[in-house]
Amino acid sequence: MSDWIDIAALDAVPARGARLVKTAHGCVAIFRNAMDEVFALDNACPHKNGPLAEGIVHGNAVTCPLHNWVISLETGMVQGPDEGQVTTYPARVEDGRIKLDVAFLKQRAVA
Amino acid sequence: MTQKLIIIGAGMATGRALEQLLKAGGDYDVTLFNAEPRGNYDRIMLSPVLSGDKTYEEIVIHTADWYEENGVTCRFGEKITSIDRAAKTVTADNGDVLSYDKLLFGTGSNPFIIPLPGHDLEGVIAYRDLEDTERMMGLGPDNKCVVIGGGLLGLEAAAGMAARGVDVTVIHIMGHLMERQLDEAAGYLLRKALVDKGITVKCSANSKEILGENGKVKALLLDDGTELPCDLLVMAVGIRPNVQLAQDAGLAVGKGIHVDDQMRTSDDDVLAVGECVEHDGAIFGLVAPLYDQAKVVAKTLMGEDAQFVQKELSTKLKVTGCDLFSAGDFAEGEDREDIVFRDPARGVYRRLVLQGNHVIGAVMYGDTADSNWFFGLIRDKTDIADMRDTLIFGPAYQGGAPSDPLSAVAALPRDAEICGCNGICKGEIEDAIAAGADDLAAIKATTKASASCGTCTGLVEQVLAVTLGDDFVIPAAASVCGCTDMTHEDVRRMIKSQKLTSMQAVFQECGWKTSCGCHVCRPALNFYLLADWPLEYQDDPQSRFINERKHANIQKDGTFSVVPRMWGGITTPSELRAIADAADKYMVPTVKVTGGQRIDLLGVKGEDLPAIWKDLNDAGMVSGYAYSKGLRTVKTCVGTDHCRFGTQDSTGLGIKLEKTLHGAWTPHKLKLGVSGCPRNCAESTCKDIGVICVDSGYQISIGGAAGMDVKETELLLQVPTEEDAIFVIKAVTQLYRENAKYLDRIYKWMAKVGLDWITEQIEDLENRADLVDRFEISQTVYRHDPWAEHVKKADTYQPLANLALEAAE
Ligand SMILES: Cc1cc2nc3c(=O)[nH]c(=O)nc-3n(C[C@H](O)[C@H](O)[C@H](O)COP(=O)(O)OP(=O)(O)OC[C@H]3O[C@@H](n4cnc5c(N)ncnc54)[C@H](O)[C@@H]3O)c2cc1C
Ligand code: HEM
Ligand code: SF4
Ligand code: SF4
Ligand code: FES
Repeated sequence: MSDWIDIAALDAVPARGARLVKTAHGCVAIFRNAMDEVFALDNACPHKNGPLAEGIVHGNAVTCPLHNWVISLETGMVQGPDEGQVTTYPARVEDGRIKLDVAFLKQRAVA
Repeated sequence: MTQKLIIIGAGMATGRALEQLLKAGGDYDVTLFNAEPRGNYDRIMLSPVLSGDKTYEEIVIHTADWYEENGVTCRFGEKITSIDRAAKTVTADNGDVLSYDKLLFGTGSNPFIIPLPGHDLEGVIAYRDLEDTERMMGLGPDNKCVVIGGGLLGLEAAAGMAARGVDVTVIHIMGHLMERQLDEAAGYLLRKALVDKGITVKCSANSKEILGENGKVKALLLDDGTELPCDLLVMAVGIRPNVQLAQDAGLAVGKGIHVDDQMRTSDDDVLAVGECVEHDGAIFGLVAPLYDQAKVVAKTLMGEDAQFVQKELSTKLKVTGCDLFSAGDFAEGEDREDIVFRDPARGVYRRLVLQGNHVIGAVMYGDTADSNWFFGLIRDKTDIADMRDTLIFGPAYQGGAPSDPLSAVAALPRDAEICGCNGICKGEIEDAIAAGADDLAAIKATTKASASCGTCTGLVEQVLAVTLGDDFVIPAAASVCGCTDMTHEDVRRMIKSQKLTSMQAVFQECGWKTSCGCHVCRPALNFYLLADWPLEYQDDPQSRFINERKHANIQKDGTFSVVPRMWGGITTPSELRAIADAADKYMVPTVKVTGGQRIDLLGVKGEDLPAIWKDLNDAGMVSGYAYSKGLRTVKTCVGTDHCRFGTQDSTGLGIKLEKTLHGAWTPHKLKLGVSGCPRNCAESTCKDIGVICVDSGYQISIGGAAGMDVKETELLLQVPTEEDAIFVIKAVTQLYRENAKYLDRIYKWMAKVGLDWITEQIEDLENRADLVDRFEISQTVYRHDPWAEHVKKADTYQPLANLALEAAE
């Protein structure tokens, strides 16, 4: 069962940008695309742990700031010739607020 | 037995309900009240009345004869003021009390008036009824009008008045027009079409106060101090269901009057339809669902079973020449895909939003012929798996019509400037081709287009290809990235000649194949736009690489380094003390002297950045832009002040140069050096721009580098005074900003356009002065300290939320 917890106002994250959420097991990046959808992914690139939150967001993907790997915000899959996957977590916007599924915390706790 | 039905409001919803009821042969004695002094008319056609395309008589739905033939008792111009549900009576404003068996609400909605100071001045109106329309129709070419609200209604009002020659300005609070129905790209096209109609459009504008004189509106004052004079001010910022009467009568009311699927309110004998109702959490502002409600309420009154079901809605704007359509949902939700199609030649933009194998949203501009087909796909939840690849082209193209990479150039008007150096327009090139010039060399020889700096070569070739068709094959050139077929040079020429001042404008006019670009094109476009349109374009931090976005270089372990400017390499004991204090306070592990004559604090924690910046700011220091594609450092030697060989004050010149150039963005990094004599202790001759002081003046040379490539600078000019030297350096910096490809340092750019061309541009005194003027205009925006600004939004450097403490049981 999903149990959504309130994180912050949507406006706290710039459109085509990201902010971090700290958890006991490292940082999760909350991305917002140009269409005001939000996505939650581990803030670590599968290549060399680049901080994805600092990348450039385009469409529903982010380009890692370190060596330009492109990662899908929806699936966490690395696009193009490179390979790998970032863990994604359920996130959504409700009444202008960003919500995360608490199940994600549990997931991280066991990860 | 005939029952008594009283209807409150003779609007479009109750009008349709009445038609349905009569058709079904309902046995009712109907009395119809309307606060407006007239019966039911087609409210949505007020805009054509306003623009003069229709008359009021043409939009009347129910005439006096119709009411009479159908035995409806009309009480127009009369308002119901109260209801006694226990006694089942209503009271009209003249005191009459009438009894009912069934009561139908159709009170519509009230326009929302923002309670700005001055909102009650005479001449401040909404756009809702015939009276408002007539007020606007009273204006003409001598009048000015301000419309607040860039949504459907506001734009129709603006276009209608503009058609009467009124000088109209639209003020919209959001970044693009009709943001609820359109995405940015379609909003851009719409804005362009309205501007073409002579309407002034101001987005992201906040109204502050309505100014009046003798109780009458005089002007609108914006937050930024702009004053917009007007004779009439129209507010079209939304509507609120008109629920007062229902609320006073004790009916259940939320945003609107609560109704069930049968359109019954909380009282079984009281029904409601139209914009005044709230059904299942939703309220309504378009006619289509109201007509569905009308059908249902007629059935309910007939004692038959019917249910109102909410459906997908679509929107069209009724402004001549602005064909747009939007439907469904293109906000929020996961696992979505976009399909984008742009045809700049025809000004067409289409975007479909897919979820799995279904279309869930569509935005179209320019060509809406297929809108019904797409709307059908959304409404019927059609599985589009089989036609996915060709879907965007519409029903007629199920074979697939590839977008034409040349369409952007084909769309250019004949007076579009292609070659900036020689001022050659597309038309002149076409004429030369018609006269027999059939390749680049011939065009160069006959028109001089692309014969100077050469950056427009790509465009000239495209004009050849468009004009000659298959007879001309364009030599392959690398496009900016996968989002476009155009080269950097082409895009840049388009930005200048077509006055493209926003990213959306570039995406559309250059036929971008993605909805919002990628990490390769966006930083380049951001630079081109801010360099070419410093006042019109606003820098977009989200299109910058992290180093520039945060003015700090991120390191492997997540820490940053901080480099304050030391103008010309000069510092003071108090600055050094402040740096030392900051290093102590924030436990900076490494303090290093850089090769650029300043001090780098390495290993600062991300959260501490705003605080350390503030401390350094307070001590009078500013960001060194140490990682920017912009001015880095001006390295100097000690010059005449201390050195026995010095010929001029090299340190002083370095400081002046750094102060005047600081903050300027350039295609790549820009490093300068000033040496006091040819011994060149500041290593000026391996900088992007180097100055060597000599007895007779200043030798300015450009195009040096000391990185993976090592280059010696080449002499540009020698000038007699310090003032001249600064002037020339500003001019050449601006020339570089205006012409070089993003990520080309001066030496690379110089290799393409040639030192001779650069020298020619700078030697021309008039041109030199123009370049400096443009540089200074840009610097009014960009010559500032980013630290001070980032300190103001220090909270954005903190995590959004800290869930580390939350139990994860
Ligand atoms: C300029 C304009 C353009 C529009 N364009 C479109 C469009 O292109 N497409 C679209 O779908 N929709 C459009 N709309 C919206 C559409 O017109 C409305 O959704 C529709 O008219 C609402 O119908 P209604 O019957 O609920 O209310 P209304 O038509 O507003 O009727 C309500 C009536 O009730 C009367 N009333 C209120 N209180 C009382 C009372 N106490 N006693 C007696 N009478 C009372 C009012 O005077 C009013 O005449 C447009 C609206 C405007 C103003
Ligand atoms: C992508 C390539 C490059 C990277 C990642 C890079 C990175 C860095 C870093 C981390 C610093 C700070 C180090 C310090 O302050 O000592 C720095 C400063 C410096 N780099 Fe580079 N550099 C690059 C290319 C170059 C090139 C090509 C040159 C020479 C033309 C160069 C010359 C300098 C100089 C002179 C400084 C001191 C600058 C100052 O004080 O602002 N760098 N660079
Ligand atoms: S460049 Fe010339 S003036 Fe400058 S320090 Fe060296 S010797 Fe002295
Ligand atoms: S020379 Fe290489 S290692 Fe040294 S700062 Fe520059 S990029 Fe880094
Ligand atoms: S760490 Fe992300 S691309 Fe290398």
